[in-house]
Amino acid sequence: MNIFYPLQIFVDWLVYSLFNLGQGSIFGKAINFFIYDSIKIFILLAVIIFVVSYIRTYLAPERVKKVLSKKLEIFGNMTASTIGIFTPFCSCSAVPLFIGFVESGVPLGVTFSYLIAAPLINEVAAALLWGLFGWKIALIYIASGWIISVVAGFILGKMHLEKYVEDYVYKVKMKQGLKLEKKTQKQRAKDSYQEVKSIIKRVFLYVLIGIAIGAFIHGYAPENLLTNIAGKGNWFAVPIAVLIGVPLYSNAAGVIPIVSSLIEKGLPLGTALAFMMAVTALSLPEAIILRKVMKLKLLIIYFSIVALGIIFTGYLFNILI
Amino acid sequence: MQIKILGSGCPNCKILEANAKKALEELKIKANVEKVTDIAKIMKYGVMSTPALVIDEKVVSYGRVLTSEEIKKLLK
Repeated sequence: MNIFYPLQIFVDWLVYSLFNLGQGSIFGKAINFFIYDSIKIFILLAVIIFVVSYIRTYLAPERVKKVLSKKLEIFGNMTASTIGIFTPFCSCSAVPLFIGFVESGVPLGVTFSYLIAAPLINEVAAALLWGLFGWKIALIYIASGWIISVVAGFILGKMHLEKYVEDYVYKVKMKQGLKLEKKTQKQRAKDSYQEVKSIIKRVFLYVLIGIAIGAFIHGYAPENLLTNIAGKGNWFAVPIAVLIGVPLYSNAAGVIPIVSSLIEKGLPLGTALAFMMAVTALSLPEAIILRKVMKLKLLIIYFSIVALGIIFTGYLFNILI
Repeated sequence: MQIKILGSGCPNCKILEANAKKALEELKIKANVEKVTDIAKIMKYGVMSTPALVIDEKVVSYGRVLTSEEIKKLLK
């Protein structure tokens, strides 16, 4: 049973009866698609951001680093990636986060797992995927993102790259015993509500534009538009999708609705997943900021391993599905 | 009174600074508001999530943009 069924009935009535657009017309269909998707996605965004923000109030980095500094190897990578799922990633917080983790003895590979998972798996992407593709695809995205960050972090840890961290990072001494904030349930709920408001305000326009373009493609673009150029037969499609995704940083909100329509027009799911992951996980502004704490060589190795992981995932899903 | 805003210059830090100034003005407290952007200095306070608010060398909040009302409560 689709919980959004009543919404579809309402939108059908709105578009076909109230606006009196022809039920069979392409324009009517596109408008229906646009209104239905927008309402559904904003409901999902609000609910998911609220839940994730609530959980996050328990996961301040100042608290997390203590947990992670006690874990070893693969378990540390798994814990870090799991916590990363609930963490947003503002690239301006990457540097203090990185230094703080290193300073309190979190292994480098574990720190990387966290740095990869935080932007890769975020609540906005999850909500959009759920709304546009269904919960199964959303879950596949989260699970494969989690595996990529565990594995990539583990490999990076095994490579012993500590010497490629900028030297001053090891000299920073943090004051110990910062009082961790104790919050009441009411305070946590209030914070989460604030978070919902601020994120929706930030992505609102991108989501609407993305859905509008998606609705246009849905209604007007020919079927099989992409089957020939980007279909499963083309082995270069996955790496090219990743390369195109890198400069689109922070626009996951606008990109995902467009991608969902492109899938209908013959874009294979694996290629689409790889593209969306590249949009969220790999970004130039983040690279520039991380350069402050990592020597160029480390930065290149880090990005290459994440990119390879994403490309591998893309191929895997193209073969499986 | 000495107020410090810790943050690397992200938009949120600017909002926090404005809110702090507003709170001070409304309470008619004279204080020196200083922005700390140097990452090593920020880390010395033990803070990892910015922006953070420091009143008289004590970290009172981090990782959150406080409203001017919340800052007023802390100043009293």
